[in-house]
Order: sequence, then structure tokens, then C-alpha cells
Amino acid sequence: MTARFALVAALGASLLAAPAASADTSLADLRIAPDTASFTLDNGLQVVVIPDHRAPVVTHMVWYKAGAADEAAGESGAAHFLEHLMFKGTDKHPDGFSDTVTALGGQENAFTSQDYTAYFQQIAKEHLGQMMELEADRMANLALEPEEVARELDVVLEERRMRVDNDPSSILGEAFSATLHVNSPYGDPVIGWPDEVNALNRASAFAFYDRFYTPENAVLIVAGDVTPDEVRALAEATYGKLESRVDLKPRVRSQVPEFGSLRTVRYADERVGQPSLRHGWIVPSYATAEPGEAEALDVLAQILGGGSTSRLYDRLVRDGGPASSVGAWYQGNALDPDTFLVYAIPRDGVDFDVVQSAINAAVAEIAESGVTNEELQRAKRSLVAEALFAQDSQQRLARIFGLALTTGGSIEDVQTWPARIGEVTAEQVQAAARAYLSPTTGVTGYLEKKATGKDS
Amino acid sequence: MFAMLARSARGSLAAIGFTTAAVVLWATPSQAITIETVTSPGGVEAWLVEDDTVPVVMMNFAFQGAGSSQDPADKPGVANLLSTLLDEGAGEYDSEAFQAVLQDRSVRMSFSADRDSFYGRMKMLADNPQDGIELLRTALDDPHFADEAIGRMSAQIISGIRRDLRDPNQVAARAWSASAYPDHPYGRPSDGTEETVAMIGKPDLEAFKARTFARDNLHVVVVGAIDAETLEPLLDEAFGGLPETADLVTVPNVEPITGEIVTETMDVPQTAIRFGGPGLERDDPDFIPAYVMNYILGGGSFSSRLFDEIREKRGLAYSVYSYIVPLDHSAIFGGGTATRADRADETVRIIREEIAQMAAEGPTEAELEEAKAYLTGAYPLRFDSSASIASQLLSIQLEDLGVDYVDERNDLIEAVTLEDVKRAADRVLGQGEPTFVTVGPSGS
Repeated sequence: MTARFALVAALGASLLAAPAASADTSLADLRIAPDTASFTLDNGLQVVVIPDHRAPVVTHMVWYKAGAADEAAGESGAAHFLEHLMFKGTDKHPDGFSDTVTALGGQENAFTSQDYTAYFQQIAKEHLGQMMELEADRMANLALEPEEVARELDVVLEERRMRVDNDPSSILGEAFSATLHVNSPYGDPVIGWPDEVNALNRASAFAFYDRFYTPENAVLIVAGDVTPDEVRALAEATYGKLESRVDLKPRVRSQVPEFGSLRTVRYADERVGQPSLRHGWIVPSYATAEPGEAEALDVLAQILGGGSTSRLYDRLVRDGGPASSVGAWYQGNALDPDTFLVYAIPRDGVDFDVVQSAINAAVAEIAESGVTNEELQRAKRSLVAEALFAQDSQQRLARIFGLALTTGGSIEDVQTWPARIGEVTAEQVQAAARAYLSPTTGVTGYLEKKATGKDS
Repeated sequence: MFAMLARSARGSLAAIGFTTAAVVLWATPSQAITIETVTSPGGVEAWLVEDDTVPVVMMNFAFQGAGSSQDPADKPGVANLLSTLLDEGAGEYDSEAFQAVLQDRSVRMSFSADRDSFYGRMKMLADNPQDGIELLRTALDDPHFADEAIGRMSAQIISGIRRDLRDPNQVAARAWSASAYPDHPYGRPSDGTEETVAMIGKPDLEAFKARTFARDNLHVVVVGAIDAETLEPLLDEAFGGLPETADLVTVPNVEPITGEIVTETMDVPQTAIRFGGPGLERDDPDFIPAYVMNYILGGGSFSSRLFDEIREKRGLAYSVYSYIVPLDHSAIFGGGTATRADRADETVRIIREEIAQMAAEGPTEAELEEAKAYLTGAYPLRFDSSASIASQLLSIQLEDLGVDYVDERNDLIEAVTLEDVKRAADRVLGQGEPTFVTVGPSGS
């Protein structure tokens, strides 16, 4: 994820509100944020309201179902560049509205990912209507001065240098992702390839804007000290005045072909302080999986590499094992199949091969012999507890719903997530490992220390 | 899945009365949070904000003074290593069993250390806070510090240190501290070095903990679905086993050395820039005016002078900022950016000009009004969740601002005059050039 301003991407899987229930309580009865209301304006804008009356504050977010993976060929970075330019102004507000947000004591930001672009403000509740007016205005009336566009391109290029070029691990990450997601737009970095970013201009930003920024392609989320009726009235008076600007096309992307073999990406750099390795596979996302399969992958990631009770930690890190740290991660919130990743940092003097073999053995053990009931229950409890804790934050709630609704999910999907996690069986976890985590498929990536003056 | 990062809090020792309840009124009068001061039968004190909206209980606490400034001079990194080891085996549980029981009881426990203090954070479900508290007691009173765990955590920390030594921004930050505090604990790296971390053993950890974790430097905040009656015995359960008084090494107050220019060469496409010099103490009458001044200069993420000049007008950087931080023993004004190597000199020149300009003339009346509007309007945003309330209140305790501070804070901002800000600007920025550190390719 790439944002106009540095932002901590704190997206959990999901969460639930309501009864003071521990993970031991029957999960079937738990619903995430049960007070959540949703309706659709006449122009097609979906509105989600998540009441939380603890502080007189609201989080106001607009999510567009358009991200880097929706860019035209050869224009990588356009979605993110547009995100930056959205702060530059409209005919009515030629200098943008950041000064207004600030003067009202609000905070704002935006972020772009492969599948979505989102803009938000957090502000005292009495200013919600004004935020809606301003956000609705820039949904349809963006105006850009050519000099401003050129300067902002420089900012984006600095952002790229900071995020990628300064960081050998990110440089490997780009090559790794391009190899793993070959033929899929997920293989192109959200911030864009340098030459293509350099070639972006006012026209390419507007082309993306005019294809995707329209009420029926957006989701409005308001979390905080509001009622659905208040939000409806304000939304109708602002966003409700907008007309559709676009003839939307289905979001069909080219797919990763099946590769029967393992591919390897190596990147060596003198700046590498600590060698590391990663192994990724393409797996179904919540949007593409068979029922229960994505939930099983979430549980699998937790059992395999979620923290210091995980299999990988036990086999590779504890008791003088070959790695100093390990983990596993499943990117399930995506419109197309996405990534299941394991990663490790070898201990001093340990070869990549030793670490890779140990990872393969730990994965094979699950594929062949499954997981214990204790592991299964612990993983589920941990996922559900994280969901319970997450509901403490209105911003996090807003993000979880926004993420789901722009990647093929529904409100119902979010609300019933704990119940579905609760239904995952040991057999499903084993089946997921067997089906997707073969040591002879996917991509391995090696970040290596390059000795000064010679290749390695 | 992604735990919120612990926020560091800094300030001087607090001594707060008890059995008070401060009602905080927001801009919207119907809203209020109530801070109760709870004292356990054993005399442990905590601030409590009871709120049943979400069935969770957050507890943030700190041992003030127990940060890396207490590390032995020849072994920096003890406080940081200690913060990774309290939950790595304690009482009847070995490392793996302790981690498993935390998960099985849905308890999140984390520790951290900064230069001044040692912090703990607990997240518990409302129906079983006693489970979490029991485990916390065990972690504080009877951690094992087994060789295996020490080796494992040291390896992780060392690998982080190696990464940082290749990260130009981290290198610049370390170089600034080393240059500003050559003979002071603040000049040493908080995480230690590869060599010192490898030397730290069980006796170092035990000695540090025995000396620095005590009841008289403990601060506790609890927020969430729990009432005072339930909390009181839990406070004794958690902290009752600690010694009465801490035995802290005296850390001298110090002013950062300024006016230095430090340049390090690193083959990277961007040059990292850090600058810094003396700020103002938290209890200085000009601290709030200086805070407002810093917001106008470079503290505001969207609309500061540095942001306008460096990013908006010239596209030189993605991020540029300044800050004013009162550490317990040194007040700092500082900032940083990362910019195209071939324009690093230009960027440094602009930062210097902006500092000089602010020192000489202060802000405009309009800038001051905008700053006040933002700072007062945005204050309630810091209280939008139990976790953020806990974090805010702990900072207020550590800075010794008193239980009523939440209620008073916006009035303090509103009272700032243009004259105040000009005086503060001159005091902070007009007394000599800050030390500048640049880390980037040669010739930049």
C-alpha cells in the first residue's frame, strides 16, 4: 500500500462487536459490528454507517473500487499519482481543501492499493457535512494546473526513492512480486515502475479519474458518533447531487498462469545488512476461493507462522534453530488470487538452503500429517481475539469494511467472519497446505549481501 | 494481526493525588469521559476510564526512568533486550508455554523501552482480565531469562541493528544523537550495538530489573469495560510483588551540542537529513508557545512552512517534519527529511532559512490562529479508542501534568499570543544553529 503521507497500514482480518464474549463462546452468534447500517443512494453510491458514540468524532472515508491493478497497460503508478493530485483542487476549491480540514481540527490522508484507492478525514462530528461536501466535489470536479502536476510527480519520485530505492528488501520485493504475479497486474508495484512513473502526466491522471471516479463505483463509510439517519440526510444533500460520470466496465484482469515449477529471484546489494529469504505462492483470495477455503488459509497462516507458538517458529527459531526470525502471511483481501508468503532471516553462518529445507519440512508436515486440535483451537482463538480487540478503533472498523467492500466482499461477509473461522476444520487446513504450498511451486526470493568489489 | 505500536511517552516524575474524578467535556457538551483515580488496598494507584462500549480492557503502564539511559555505560541495549524477554518464560511456564497460555487466554502483552522509561501494554477481554493480570504478575516477578531465550532475542535484535546500520535515516538519527550527547547516556544507541547486545547476560537483565522496576516509579492507566471495584485487587495482584522504591542511577540534565555539521557517505539514491538542537523543558512556561511554533514550522503534516517550501513548492521530498520533544533530561527541537541527493544542499539551505526566519520574525497572526484552530480541534481525535485514551493518559502522568490536564489543555493553547510564540521561537531557534547530519552519496 502506498499513501500520500506515510501511514501505518493496520488492517486486521476482520472484527466483531457486540457481546462481551471470549473466543470460547459460540462464534456462530457473534456478528461483527451489529449496529452497522447500509443503504444506497439513487446515484448508486453505497453508504455504510458504523456507529460508535464514545467520542464526538467521526471517520469519513470514500473508497473507490479502482486501484493500481485497474491501470491501463504501460501506466503503472497512475492510480497512486491521481491519489496525490486529488489534494490539489477543484474549480470551486482551487487550492484543495487540506487547509479547511486543518482549520477545523481534522486529520486526513489517502492510500492506494492494487484493488482500491481511499480518502479519509477524521474530525469532530459537527463538521461531517462539510467534509462530505468537499469530498463529493472532488469526486466529480477535479481541476489540475500543469505546473502543479509536474511538481507532484517529483514528490512521487522521491516517495519511490524513499520506499524502494533506499531499501534493498523493497527492491527484491518488486522483482519477487513481478515474478510471482507474472501476467497479472498485481505484479506491477502500486507506486509504478520508474520509467512509467516518469512518463505520467495530467492526461494519464485524468484518464484514470474519468474511468473510475463516479458515485456508483465508490463506497462511503462513516464510523463514529453518528446515526444512520444523520448520515443519510447529509449524504443525500452532498453526494446525492452527483450524477454518474462513467460507463463502468467489469474489473477483469489477466491472470497468473499455472507454473509447474519453482522460480527463484535473487538480489544482491552491498547495502544488505541482513540476508533474508521468502517463498510465495499464488492462492485463492476471499473473492475467488471456494466456501471455507480462504478462512482455512487464514488459520493455516496463523498455525504455520503466526507468532512465537507457530510451527515455523518452533522448528526454525527456538533452541538454536537455523533462523533468527520467521513468519507467514496470507493476503486474502484481494479481488484476484493473491499471495501466501513465508519468510525467514537465517542465523549467522547458516546457508539459505538449510533454512529453506527446514521451511519445506514444516510445510510438508502439515500437508502430510495435518495440524493438532490444540493448534487449531489456539489459532482460531487468536484470530477471533484480534477481531475483538480491533473493534476498539473506529478507524480500523471503517478500514475493514472498506477493504471488504472494494475487494468483492459484502457487509454480511465481514459480519459473519468469526463464525466462518470457527467452522474451519483441521482437514480443511491440511487440504489448503497440500493444495497450495508445494515446495516445488511458487517463487523463492533471496536477499543477499554483496561483498564489496566482487559479485556473489 | 498488526498490533498497534507502543507510543513512547516522556516527561518527569509524577505524583498525583487520589480519589478524584475529573470529568472531561468536549466541544460537544453531551460527551464526557470520566477519569477516576483508583487506589488499591496495597496502595497501587491507577487512572481508570470505565467504558463498556467494547468488551475489552486496556492497561498501559510505565516504570519512569527505567529506560535505556539506565543501561550500563559499557553495555547499552539492556533495557531494550529486557523488553523482549519478560514474556519469554516466567513462573511455571517455559517460553513456549507462556506464549501459548497468552494466546489461549486471549491476552496481548507487550513491553518496550525508550531512553527514559520502560513500558508495558496489556489488552484483555472484559470477561477474564484476572487471567491477564496473573500472567503479568508472573512476567514482572519471575521471568526466567533462560540462555536459549536470551540468545534467540539477541539474534533478532542484532539483525535489526544490522538493518538499521544500512538505513540512511537510522544512521543519520544515530549520528545526531552521538554528536549531540557525546558524554551522556542519550548519546548511546538505545538498542545497543552488535557487540554489546551479544555481551548481555542473565545477571545484567536481573540487575537492571531489580534496580528499576518499583512501585515508586510506576504509572498505570486502565481503560475499558472494568469498574474500580474489580480493578483495585487486580492492581495489587499485578504490581504488589515489586519493591517499594527504585534505585536509579542519576542521569544528568544536558543540553544537546549544536552547530555541528556531520556528513556520512553511503551509496544510496537519497540523502537523509536530520537536524536538532535544544528545545524547552515541559514545565517551562514557554513550552506550549514553542509547541505551537513548531506546529507552524514543521509539526503539521499537511500545512507547515517546511512542508510548503520543501514539498509543495519544490517537490524536493515526500516527507519533511520538525518536532519538539521534552525528554526527562534534555529538551530537543529537531526534524528531518530525505531528498534527492543532488538537491540535498538546497534542501538544507531552505530548512536553515526557514528556521532563521521563524526565529527572527515568528509566525503571522493568521498562522497562529490556524494553528490554534487545528491543535484545539484535533485534540479530541486522540481519544477515539480505549487504546488511544490509555496512551494519552499515560503520557500525561509521565509528564506530571495532572488529572485535569485533558480538560485544561485546549485553554492553554487558546491563551497563546503572537508575542508568546515569537519569544518561544527566539528562545528555541534563535540561540544558534542546530546540528545538521546528512547521510548520502559522496558529493551530495
